[in-house]
Amino acid sequence: MKENLIKYILGIADNSLILGQRLSELCGHGPSLETDIALTNISLDLLGQTRSYFQYAAKLKGENTTEDDLAFLRKERQYLNALLVEQPNGDFAHTIVRQFLFDGFHLLFLEQLRTCADTQLAAIAEKSIKEVKYHFRFSSEWVKRLGDGTEESHEKMQVAINDLWIFTNELFLMTDAETAMHREGIGVDLESLRADYQEQISEIVEEATLQIPETKYWQKGGKQGIHSEQMGYILADMQYMQRAYPNMQW
Amino acid sequence: MEATVFIEDSLRKILASVSDPEIPVLSIMDMGVVREAKLENGIAKIKITPTYSGCPAMDVIGDDIKSALKNEGFDSKIELVLSPAWTTDWITEKGRKDLEAYGIAAPLDADSDKAALLGNKRVVKCTNCGSQNTKMVSQFGSTACKALFQCEDCLEPFDYFKCLK
Repeated sequence: MKENLIKYILGIADNSLILGQRLSELCGHGPSLETDIALTNISLDLLGQTRSYFQYAAKLKGENTTEDDLAFLRKERQYLNALLVEQPNGDFAHTIVRQFLFDGFHLLFLEQLRTCADTQLAAIAEKSIKEVKYHFRFSSEWVKRLGDGTEESHEKMQVAINDLWIFTNELFLMTDAETAMHREGIGVDLESLRADYQEQISEIVEEATLQIPETKYWQKGGKQGIHSEQMGYILADMQYMQRAYPNMQW
Repeated sequence: MEATVFIEDSLRKILASVSDPEIPVLSIMDMGVVREAKLENGIAKIKITPTYSGCPAMDVIGDDIKSALKNEGFDSKIELVLSPAWTTDWITEKGRKDLEAYGIAAPLDADSDKAALLGNKRVVKCTNCGSQNTKMVSQFGSTACKALFQCEDCLEPFDYFKCLK
């Protein structure tokens, strides 16, 4: 039970951690000052949520584990985030579509997690929902503005959706730890979110005059620790300081 | 949702002297982040809650509380609580006034807030000239809790503290 709970928490945390890390790459590099600030604020929210999860997981793990150990000292295959969040920022269309596809899932996920039997997870979810609502609003607005914008922005957005849509199915595939936690009344039933997700995403995509592509093949693996080639670069960046100067602190 | 917050009388003044490092005019008591303060065997036990999960001010606020209490002779223990989650409703009347005086527009009710942030309605008042002829420049401002606005009458750019419920 404890083992599965820790794994479950890490899975949730890693999605926020890796997406937060990705967005932080844009700090000072956003396409305009306002979007730069928005994306790094979203990054900050996600990293804050990650800290709450890691602090909880570290406490459960015991043996003097700290949140930093969990963030910086695991190996690639021990990270359990979905492949979607590790995809590169690409152009602004890719950054926004990735955000939009994740935010839609994140919000539905947290709404269910808020009612779970684990009071600490429920509390983190309750807190996070308020922030993620803003994230989803922000990304949805941009999807609409760019999708229904100029010919060029429309085309770039459609390419981004075509590229990233294949990563969405994985969000709803239950791992062993997720299934076990669902049985305990803690984990979210991911399958049950699928229909709402489809509906909400389709509605906005349609309003943006874009299309969800037909897909026969879906990418998966991140949640089992089998990542895309992107992950190594992220971890190299993220872990460098802790590896070079063990136990360093800010 | 709002439970009564217990604050030990002897600690109230000390806590009120600690301010948000990012909004120095605003006392943490007026911000509503102190959720409990009691004395147990001479040790001050303080519960605080973050405004936003990633709020970098929380660690500083914790340290500031500790040193303010230490100056008055109290050892303390700070605990971070997440539930119930902070809402802008917990900012006191005085806090709202302090924010406005500092140049940050205080949060509106949830409906007006949404209308303002989606650009449907001009309801946020300029902190410089009081005009409601203001427009949102960015949904996210200098910190996660604020949005950036600009007055179209006096042209002053200013922060708006977003409603969080």
